Amino acid sequence: MKDFYLSSKAPNGDLHTAWTRHKESLHKLSKEEANKYKIIIIGTGLAGASAAATLAEKGFNIDAFSYHESPRRAHSIAAQGGINAAKNYKHDGDSTMRLFYDTIKGGDFRSREQNVYRLAETSANIIDQCVAQGVPFAREYGGLLDNRSFGGVQVSRTFYARGQTGQQLLLGAYSALSRQLKKEKVKFFPRHDMLDIIVVNGKAKGVVTRNLLNGKIASHYGDAVVLATGGYSNVYYLSTNAMASNVTANWRAHRKGALFANPSFTQIHPTCIPVKNDFQSKLTLMSESLRNDGRVWVPKQKNDTRKPNEIPEDERDYYLERIYPAFGNLVPRDVASRRAKEVCDNGQGVGPTGFAVYLDFKRAIQKKGEDYVKEKYGNLFDMYQNIADENPYKTPMKIYPAVHYTMGGLWVDYNLMTTVPGLFSIGESNFSDHGANRLGASALMQGLADGYFIAPHTVSDYLSKETPGNKNTEAPGVFEEAVRNTEKEIDKIMNIKGDTVVDEIHRELGKVVWDKVGMSRNGHSLKEALDLIPKLKEKFWNNVFIPGNKNDYNQELEKALRLKDFIELAELMAFDALDRNESCGAHFREEFQTKENEAKRNDIEFMYVAAWQYKKDGEPKLFKESLEYKNVKLKTRSYK
Amino acid sequence: MNINLKIWRQKDEKEKGSFKSYKLQNIDPNISFLEMLDILNNRLIKEKMEPVAFDHDCREGICGSCGFMINGQPHGPQKATTVCQLHMRSFNDEDEILLEPFRASSFKTVKDLSVDRTAFDRIISSGGFISVDTGDAEEANSTAVDKSSADEAFLSAACIGCGACVAACKNSSAMLFTAAKVSQFALLPQGDPEQKERVQNMVATMDEEGFGACTNTGACTAECPKEISQENIARLNREFIKSQL
Repeated sequence: MKDFYLSSKAPNGDLHTAWTRHKESLHKLSKEEANKYKIIIIGTGLAGASAAATLAEKGFNIDAFSYHESPRRAHSIAAQGGINAAKNYKHDGDSTMRLFYDTIKGGDFRSREQNVYRLAETSANIIDQCVAQGVPFAREYGGLLDNRSFGGVQVSRTFYARGQTGQQLLLGAYSALSRQLKKEKVKFFPRHDMLDIIVVNGKAKGVVTRNLLNGKIASHYGDAVVLATGGYSNVYYLSTNAMASNVTANWRAHRKGALFANPSFTQIHPTCIPVKNDFQSKLTLMSESLRNDGRVWVPKQKNDTRKPNEIPEDERDYYLERIYPAFGNLVPRDVASRRAKEVCDNGQGVGPTGFAVYLDFKRAIQKKGEDYVKEKYGNLFDMYQNIADENPYKTPMKIYPAVHYTMGGLWVDYNLMTTVPGLFSIGESNFSDHGANRLGASALMQGLADGYFIAPHTVSDYLSKETPGNKNTEAPGVFEEAVRNTEKEIDKIMNIKGDTVVDEIHRELGKVVWDKVGMSRNGHSLKEALDLIPKLKEKFWNNVFIPGNKNDYNQELEKALRLKDFIELAELMAFDALDRNESCGAHFREEFQTKENEAKRNDIEFMYVAAWQYKKDGEPKLFKESLEYKNVKLKTRSYK
Repeated sequence: MNINLKIWRQKDEKEKGSFKSYKLQNIDPNISFLEMLDILNNRLIKEKMEPVAFDHDCREGICGSCGFMINGQPHGPQKATTVCQLHMRSFNDEDEILLEPFRASSFKTVKDLSVDRTAFDRIISSGGFISVDTGDAEEANSTAVDKSSADEAFLSAACIGCGACVAACKNSSAMLFTAAKVSQFALLPQGDPEQKERVQNMVATMDEEGFGACTNTGACTAECPKEISQENIARLNREFIKSQL
């Protein structure tokens, strides 16, 4: 593979007009011209569905693929809190510039200025579009849209639909997509996994898919390919992601030359229901808002087996209040998560596994009354009680951090194009906008900004320079060969015939990545990970057992194909974390901390995006995109 | 706890299915129902047998992927709960638990407990949208919507498309599903211009897909994990009649 020079292609000059100027410079195609092209879109969550609908409106023909039965089941649907937009409806001084600044700072100065500004600028259009589609956002009595504040920022800019904002936005994008299905501008392929990208003369020209119902491997031609396949939190096995969320499409693209950026930037959410036992399949997030009234504590004494109510006040360690007298229980996600891990690692954790801390509402109930707490958090308390089978009004909740979002992803330029021409990546699947840490209510914003308002322009521009083709216009045999290669891979996995269940290896992998490339990492733990992961790879290829037939609906085979890629990704994550000799945002390297145990950034050496190139044999190769901050001043975060 | 499972096993749509019995011992009552099936599947794979296929994904009760009949009830015994949010403590030691797929001629069996609900997508694509191209929208606050209508529209829009309503209905009617979408748009000013066409097209597609007629027994609402109200059906009927005038 030849070396790339990583140019972001972001416009120079005035930040405020950058996107407008850039958009004007992009080539457009008339509907008649667009009709000659076929675009493949993989994934139909927020980003994929909105991009498919919008590109179809522009006249392009879309083949959209999803592993789900219906686009409405994508994991975007589970987002609870809301979507940020700089509308300044509350007249609290919000602006595009302010949303831009909050996002850059929240990302701990590891994202690209022009991308983040464009995201902030586009945010207002998203709300307009969604309202016009009939998304039932919360409203005030006067009939105007309501906002709430979120994630510790000082303005009220979050639009929401109860605790189901992701659901309503996804159903909005799904309805726009459905309209194009009726017009036959989009063809939807349900229950299909993408297993390879077809690259012809250096450009992405198609994909190989597996029909999950009958195992059929097929190739599909596209003049461009857009990946909208979400994040890779499930590399940890347990996460708040849906069970089948996976990295396969992205990883296959990576193997075909797309650089993977900042893979070790993974966000851990502090308030999740803890792991109960070895059969745990999935973690559930509890809204961060609980920390407004809940107090976090653990027993001072190690391995204390008393019930929480039997532990007197002076034998409790309210560690967040102790360490951060100013912010107390309201420190940011990464800080709260890391401190919880620290006390549990020290033997002070509670619950059957020792990996939980208490979130106690006793004082709020005493001071403000049970009705106040019920009114504010009633549905969350009910949800907790249903899962944990404990009454949080009577006994403190047990919580522990869990993985729920990945900032890293495929490297893309300002046009959201990967290093493979014609291959785009949008939404959580790219690395673009959140730097080393994502702020609350920003994931929905990015998915829809990319899908509705950015990719449609940049994909059209790319295609305007391409001649529409089909399988026959490309090099003969390329598509057939890609299908054969995928079939061979599947045969190889089916023929291992070992005695280990896929999930068993996945669980082991998750434990390694969680322990060694998790909330905090150090050089030693990362080297251990790099030692252990290849052994798991070997175990997979020697011992895995796939029951049934490859031509049936075979959920174990699906899982195996995904796990194979997660194992390879885990190795890259460790490489990336080891290379970054600094702490920033969610990436906490224990060797690089201040006297107060806070993240210590190194802007002189590490103000870059780490983009990795796949090497079949040997270590991945690092390419750097240096970051420049011309519109914000670099700062150190402090919460004391 | 120990449980006795009877599960519908069917290789695919063409082959005939039957119930198979499985006994599970020492099940922790605090695990979820689907985790119990994970344990069964793990055991079956170890015994070199095929695991039970079932649909699931978010395991948070929102994606609508999961759903099958437990002792004759869609999503099982707990009210307003999807099967992924159900826990084993809802059952007793030595209970016999019967699992079968959602049965309706419009939902073809995929395998075991998994069915094909893409008919729902076809109902939506026949009219469950507002025709507004990206970028054509007016400023969001230029049309005020009264709070009670917006809240009610939200309640209709909360449908997760799981199919429990169809499975619960003796006529296999998709009326509640269709009505929820028709209602959401009927309650919002944005939905107004296309309302007539929408209700007619969606009802026509519902019929073409082979779903039965609604006889207002209310079984759909009673079993709906999101408690979508039967009022939606009344609203659909009203909109349908209005569209004929």
